[in-house]
Amino acid sequence: MSKFLVNLKINSIPVTVEEGTTILDAAKKINFKIPTLCNHPDLTVAGNCRVCVVEVKGARLLAAACATPVSEGMEVFTNSEKVRSARKHVIELLLSEHNADCTKCFKNGHCELQDLANEYRFGDHVFLDLVKAKDKIADMSSPSIVKDDSKCIKCQRCVRTCEELQAVSALAVINKGDHQKISTFLNKPMNEVVCTNCGQCINRCPTGALTERNYIEDVWKAIYDPNKFVVVQTAPATRVAVGEYLGLEPGHRVTGKMVSALIKLGFNKVLDTDFTADLTILEEGYELLTRLKRVLVDKEPVALPMMTSCSPGWIKFQEHIFPDLLDNLSTCKSPQQMFGALAKTYYADKINIKAENMVVVSIMPCTAKKFECERPEMRDSGFKDVDYVLTTRELAMMIRQAGIEFDKLEDQHYDSILGESTGAAVIFGATGGVMEAALRTAYEVVTGREVPFTNLNIKPVRGMDGVKEATIKIKNTLPEWNFLEGVDLNVAVAHGLSNAKKVMEAVKAGTVNYHFIEIMGCPGGCIGGGGQPIPTSMEIRKKRTEAIYMEDEGMPLRKSHENPEVVEIYKDYLGEPNGHRSHDLLHTHYKPRIRY
Amino acid sequence: MKKVDIIFEIDEKNTPFTILEKTLTRSPDAIILDLIDSGLKGRGGAGFPTGLKWKFTKNEVSNTKYVICNADEGEPGTFKDREILDRVPEKIFVGIAICGYVIGAKEGYIYLRAEYNFLLKNLLPKLDNFNAFLKKLGFDFNIYMKSGSGAYVCGEESALFESMEGKRGEPRNKPPYPTVAGYNHKPTVINNVETLVYVSMICGMGPQKFKSYGTTDSRGSKVFSVSGDTPIPGIYELELGMPLNEFVNEFGDGDAKAIQVGGASGFCVPRKKFNDTIIGFEGIPTGGSMMIFNSTRSMYNVLHDYLEFFNEESCGQCTPCRVGCQQLLKGIEAVKKGEKPPSYLEELKRLAVTMKLAAKCGLGQSVGNPFSSIIDNFREEIIY
Repeated sequence: MSKFLVNLKINSIPVTVEEGTTILDAAKKINFKIPTLCNHPDLTVAGNCRVCVVEVKGARLLAAACATPVSEGMEVFTNSEKVRSARKHVIELLLSEHNADCTKCFKNGHCELQDLANEYRFGDHVFLDLVKAKDKIADMSSPSIVKDDSKCIKCQRCVRTCEELQAVSALAVINKGDHQKISTFLNKPMNEVVCTNCGQCINRCPTGALTERNYIEDVWKAIYDPNKFVVVQTAPATRVAVGEYLGLEPGHRVTGKMVSALIKLGFNKVLDTDFTADLTILEEGYELLTRLKRVLVDKEPVALPMMTSCSPGWIKFQEHIFPDLLDNLSTCKSPQQMFGALAKTYYADKINIKAENMVVVSIMPCTAKKFECERPEMRDSGFKDVDYVLTTRELAMMIRQAGIEFDKLEDQHYDSILGESTGAAVIFGATGGVMEAALRTAYEVVTGREVPFTNLNIKPVRGMDGVKEATIKIKNTLPEWNFLEGVDLNVAVAHGLSNAKKVMEAVKAGTVNYHFIEIMGCPGGCIGGGGQPIPTSMEIRKKRTEAIYMEDEGMPLRKSHENPEVVEIYKDYLGEPNGHRSHDLLHTHYKPRIRY
Repeated sequence: MKKVDIIFEIDEKNTPFTILEKTLTRSPDAIILDLIDSGLKGRGGAGFPTGLKWKFTKNEVSNTKYVICNADEGEPGTFKDREILDRVPEKIFVGIAICGYVIGAKEGYIYLRAEYNFLLKNLLPKLDNFNAFLKKLGFDFNIYMKSGSGAYVCGEESALFESMEGKRGEPRNKPPYPTVAGYNHKPTVINNVETLVYVSMICGMGPQKFKSYGTTDSRGSKVFSVSGDTPIPGIYELELGMPLNEFVNEFGDGDAKAIQVGGASGFCVPRKKFNDTIIGFEGIPTGGSMMIFNSTRSMYNVLHDYLEFFNEESCGQCTPCRVGCQQLLKGIEAVKKGEKPPSYLEELKRLAVTMKLAAKCGLGQSVGNPFSSIIDNFREEIIY
């Protein structure tokens, strides 16, 4: 349906846009940038920071460009004296209530308020400093997220993120006037509320009010300690994003450079979470097939549909919001935690290092992984399986601190063992990837043939639709799987917790008939994770996703069960998928949590 | 200055019930024409022509529309709606029902400020009785009561809708306006208590009688809440367009040095300007609050009180209002203490202009009214 066109003038330049376009977007079209703070492409319009006010001829008041639709014949001025004066005031006001100790801030250099202050060059503050020393104490209760109210500019991007994208609403506005702030249920610390640690709020916070809990110094300390053997693992989505914080455009694949940088940073072994992603497919795939067998053959009551368990933000969401569906979660640990448990047992034995001397560091696109590694269940090696989790952003900072010129690095390969992977593991980084990888393996296990999709690309589960569904008919099974003959395997994929919630509600209501559901806590999956480079937008997430699928296509092996190290570990150590040892090391359980 | 008796008048032959019965036999368009002809403007303070507001909402195509009576009377110094709600609630109900009939709504709401919940004891039985009367008339319309939670900003219409929807009371972006997307994002007429009473009275007595009061720009009369340094505080219905000196002569204590017209968010008029200030839309419009200050009062304290009020009642959503209120308050304190030079007041006045131009809603936009009018007229009291 074509929309009506509207003609207007911005700074005396005629422009024609579709009806309903905001002044902000119309100005963008003719290359006038209007500054914004509360506006974000992933969120609904708030119009509360007022940095984007512009003058509309004939109007009594200035208009918020982000919230005002264009109208026919409108004449807009984005930089008139009136606008500039008001805009300067607004920024000065924000600075007057902002803890502007920029040099000590984790977001220094990545702060939108700092950028604006930079553009306008205020010199001495005109207004009184409203930040009280006692307010500068940050909430450090969460292992994932640091909330520092003294840096908050009340744009409410975090509140909208938590509500609109994630359906969690751990963060909300409380009080009014000078006591207004962003807080939690009953003002409780972040680790005591419904927060899933997904970090999406961090990705959208324009300042340093919400940041990841950073463990950079702890990791350096471990690296410098001669008695420690420091092993690093890298998640699939990091390799298509870390370059964004090191001067490259979104969508660059930098796997080899990242490995090279990690070696130069001084890690003793550079290994890959992709290895345990492949292992997850085997464990989770067999778990699904076992559940189906128990239902179809043994007629046992088994929780179906089964849901993936790779995303710790999603896991905590489920524990809080849908505790009655915990049996439906796959018991598989996430690839990060499978890696940790194997590193300090199987791998430590192989390389003859004592587990107590080993430090496992993860590079993750995720802040919830920081919480996950602290869970008491994640100590099956007898030690804390994963010691430190760094976000993609923290890794970029370490690389810069070490003075490594990232774009000039030669590509290097992961160490072996626990470094080999397939294309199926790489696509874990994008929404639909776990499902696709699982189907590539499960279908072949059951039928002895490859999945019936061109070039193994299972397109129906790819893409940015919030909820995706697919049905695969299982035909001509191998004899041992004949109970699946003719079965329509119904699968669904959701990313972002608000989409997850929709799917869960449908499951609870019994309006859907899925067997297997992939859920990722973050929009776009891990490539849009809460630990990924800022900014984020649909466009950026799509570029990272394209890079992920290119990486997959370029791999010699693209099915998890063909990963030679995976084959080897079953032969050598684990026995069989879902076997006894697997259950000791690679599987876990979940616990219900309170609703707020 | 003429005292008028329309709002509280009890006419045994022309009761609100008979007015409603009679009005429901007329066409909606005829009623709108009468309202436009009467020149009635909203009595909450903003002064939007009531007939036009109804016409816009009537013209919207929607299966669901709402009428809302804004009884969140929170402006400091205003207490006339409380009296109206207590003494002549049926006149309000009739105004709401007529509006429902005109725009095609099935539900009306009275959003009552939390502090007025004590009125419910009297109001609710009368409302039940009225809803039963509507049923008897065969008019498919019902009026409900909703209670606020104590925030001043919820008197702002879009914040009021948010509050009614069970959300935090924060003003919305405009457009869209309530006539297009109000409560539950459906076309909504929202009128002040007093406006709705005038609607029912105009429907009863005809627009000509109403028009015979007031001036060209300010038709009719208005209920004033008179307080401060006056021997006779209270509620008075007065003709619009009166010069302020006449008001002071009637209500002052002989020593008035300033009148705050329109409550905390209104304007301060000093004695020297009493003679050439008109109370009405052509001069200083008001939601009804008239606060009289005599020479014993410190205007610094008056302004300080107002700013403390705004500082507390800003919803905190938009920057100019949230931070601006704090800066204005702390700014005059700093000037008073000598921590900032008197010239800092000029800086603050420029800030007040920004707040007026850039704040998201009427609350933040009007803080500059008392600020600048008090600073301009009583500068020495602020500094020394």
